[in-house]
Amino acid sequence: MNERQLRSMINEVKTGKVSRRDFIRTMAGFGLAAPFASQLLTWSGVAQAQTKSGYKPTKRGGGGALKVLWWQGATLLNPHFAVGTKDQEGSRIFYEPLAAWDADGDLVPILAAEIPSTQNGGLAADGKSVTWKLKKSVQWHDGKPFTADDVVFTWEYASDPASATVSIGSYKDVRVEKLDSHTVRVHLPKPTPFWADAFVSTRGMIIPKHLFEAYKGGKSRDAPTNLKPVGTGPYKFVDFKPGDMVRGQINTAYHEPNRPYFDSIEMKGGGDAVSAARAVMQTGEFDYAWNMQVEDEILLRLEKDGKGRADIVAGGNVEFIQLNPTDPWTEVDGERSSAKSKHPLFSDPAVRDALNMLVDRQSVQDHIYGRTGVATRNFLNNPQRFRSKNTKWEFDVDKANRVLEAAGWKRGSDGIRAKDGKKLKFVFQTSINAPRQKTQAIIKQACQKAGIDLEIKAITASVFFSSDVGNPDTYSKFYCDMQMYTTTMTQPDPEVFMDQYVSWQVSAKENKWQGRNIARWRSEDYDKAYREAAGELDPVKRAALFMRMNDLVIEARVVIPVVFRPRVSAVANKLHAPLSGWDNDFWLLKDWYREA
Amino acid sequence: MGRYFLRRLLIAIPSLLGISLVLFAVLALAPGDPFEELATNPNVPAEVRANLRAQFGLDDPVAIRYVRWFTAMTKGDWGFSFVSRVDVDQLILQRLPTTLLVIGSSQLLALLIALPIGVYAATRPYSLFDQIANTFAFIGFSLPTFFTGILFILIFSITLDWLPFIYRADISATGWHWYWEHFKQALMPVAVLGLFQGASWTRYVRSAVLDVIRLDYVTTARSKGLGEITVVVKHVVRNALIPVVTLVALQMPAIFGGAIVTEQIFRVPGIGSLLISSILANDTPVIMAVTFVFSCLVILFNLLADVLYGWLDPRISYR
Repeated sequence: MNERQLRSMINEVKTGKVSRRDFIRTMAGFGLAAPFASQLLTWSGVAQAQTKSGYKPTKRGGGGALKVLWWQGATLLNPHFAVGTKDQEGSRIFYEPLAAWDADGDLVPILAAEIPSTQNGGLAADGKSVTWKLKKSVQWHDGKPFTADDVVFTWEYASDPASATVSIGSYKDVRVEKLDSHTVRVHLPKPTPFWADAFVSTRGMIIPKHLFEAYKGGKSRDAPTNLKPVGTGPYKFVDFKPGDMVRGQINTAYHEPNRPYFDSIEMKGGGDAVSAARAVMQTGEFDYAWNMQVEDEILLRLEKDGKGRADIVAGGNVEFIQLNPTDPWTEVDGERSSAKSKHPLFSDPAVRDALNMLVDRQSVQDHIYGRTGVATRNFLNNPQRFRSKNTKWEFDVDKANRVLEAAGWKRGSDGIRAKDGKKLKFVFQTSINAPRQKTQAIIKQACQKAGIDLEIKAITASVFFSSDVGNPDTYSKFYCDMQMYTTTMTQPDPEVFMDQYVSWQVSAKENKWQGRNIARWRSEDYDKAYREAAGELDPVKRAALFMRMNDLVIEARVVIPVVFRPRVSAVANKLHAPLSGWDNDFWLLKDWYREA
Repeated sequence: MGRYFLRRLLIAIPSLLGISLVLFAVLALAPGDPFEELATNPNVPAEVRANLRAQFGLDDPVAIRYVRWFTAMTKGDWGFSFVSRVDVDQLILQRLPTTLLVIGSSQLLALLIALPIGVYAATRPYSLFDQIANTFAFIGFSLPTFFTGILFILIFSITLDWLPFIYRADISATGWHWYWEHFKQALMPVAVLGLFQGASWTRYVRSAVLDVIRLDYVTTARSKGLGEITVVVKHVVRNALIPVVTLVALQMPAIFGGAIVTEQIFRVPGIGSLLISSILANDTPVIMAVTFVFSCLVILFNLLADVLYGWLDPRISYR
């Protein structure tokens, strides 16, 4: 899809020919994340849809206790120190951002009075500033008013390197200015189409100035409020035991009417995912359990008990296979898989093509992941590919055989194909995780039929995903022919997601293998498109550029997407819990209630 | 006695030093750091992680880190957890009551099972009671706690729906109800641990009593016309208990160390679950503190066992 087609499609939304939802769904097919697509509409002057949460209770409180289970307990309650999602979730009970992402990828105002747009003057025409109007009469849990000072302070706090926050990336390059007591302006260093980063969603939770002011910078760890959060959220802090329990009670001064429904909340941590699913869906001891990394077969069986259901929401994560374009077996300048080398076998496009046909995605979905992993080619796909790959995406051993035969790879006496004395033998690595090993086995079997010998390797997750410079088995070193893992898209903007293929991000010895381009694929066209997109203010042109990048990656067969991994939670039958794949599970905790 | 005690304590110092050195070295060799999760998050630039590592001193050489840890430790400063940024002693103190309660009562249960059954079985060797007790003891200590734990959950929580299988340290109830809730949730973990420990102790008690009960002085006591109960309690058990005391004393540190597997299954927020989550997160200060305290306790209780010997058997002297 090019710029012109995109524009005409946006116009169709404007004139009402295409619904907003359809547009976003179509864009997802092109590899554009829902929030990004939604922003495209905002920029083009299509108003944000008003999310209907379906909240029914007509009075505050009276709902008893809400008991939720996180099999990894929250270890800290300062959102700007949150290392993992578990910590963000724990903080989210008490703290709120200015706006959050709903399931459709639309921004929903939380502490903001409205979402900035070009229409309401919130977005500057030059794309270099965003003006947020804050909700009035919001109170911190200790009764102090919430004002623009708190927002400005949050920026100062998070952007100070001495505070050692993990959210610094969203704040260090922007400048925040207070316009009046309830208006702030975020100045962006360069024209930025995707402006909804600072103060939004997981890393945008606002902290109170009056309690953190004395603990900015080097003293950040000493703040008593780190352990006793005071926020604006629907529940007030009661008690916290790191890794075990977070407890809250109703905030009777919450800034929205009739909310929250529950009188108290209890977030218990520890244990494992399967027994957490049991506690919700089988015994009903708990109302909600997070991140059900449980085989679908078990979930289906537990659902039969009728106490709870598995709630599945789409996010941006995809399980995919990388084919190493560099030589992992020869050392060049003190490192294997050096970008200077070329893979002896994968340099033949026919081999990569054949492998693409040998990954039986449908079987992987049917026999391994079920509802929790949907067969996809949706890694960053282009429309033409989307259609034409329909046949290619199908698993086809015969065709793979024909492609290899045509390229001159002949079967040897051992059944393995070879050409010029080079045998089609690959080492395929991933982390130790039952579904991944089963996937490996399915692919190995298919490869065998096509005369490719796949050696399977499984590495402990703590080693594979570590960034230990001394260990040869990390995924970022990629000392292997092929590897498989899930790449996460936590932030909806494709700019960060797409830097996975730019040449200056190539993971190598000189950057201690911290470069994001682990696939080590390089293309001048791609780099050019990426640079252009980063500086492109016109969102439609920019989107077209991202699609061009998607094209390049797919055509080069750098990666083979396997399954799309939605987020799965266990929810008690009567609990109404709006979830979103683009934000924390607790993004709309204020609207959680239990049906009578 | 005093000098013996002092000497043993002095000997303990180099061994503790050695233990801490080995622990620290092993942890330093292990791959990863507490901020691994940040590495896989595309929105967190690599510099953030590098900064955190530098601020928490993880980039310094192991030797320097060890010396720093050790000097702080001798001053009573255990450092803070890299994961939760909370002081380590606070974390441990939070977990201690639950561990003491659950593991402590399971050890008590084990003793209550092992002593009477072991002694009674030994006084009537190869009787029907002995056979049954032996069989059950054998089954009891052959079944690992992760198996019995899950079995109990399946039977008592899921099928019968009598007991909760998720342990909650803070229960919002008052009075009798509070005790009842605590009793209900502690029952399964305590039973799992207690039965396992009790089974193995039963066999020890039985064989220890059996060794003593055939000795001449017991026959003498019987022939003096002493009652059976007096003979068993005053003459047999007191002597037979010496090896058992060692076993029990050596088991005591475990009460503080917690039970990793069982705590994980029932989500008991004890020291064991703190340790395992810290290990998984590469949270060195917490792992060091927990394991170091544990090794101190092992050494202390070894010493205590030796001292108890002298009290139980005055013929043992210390030099």
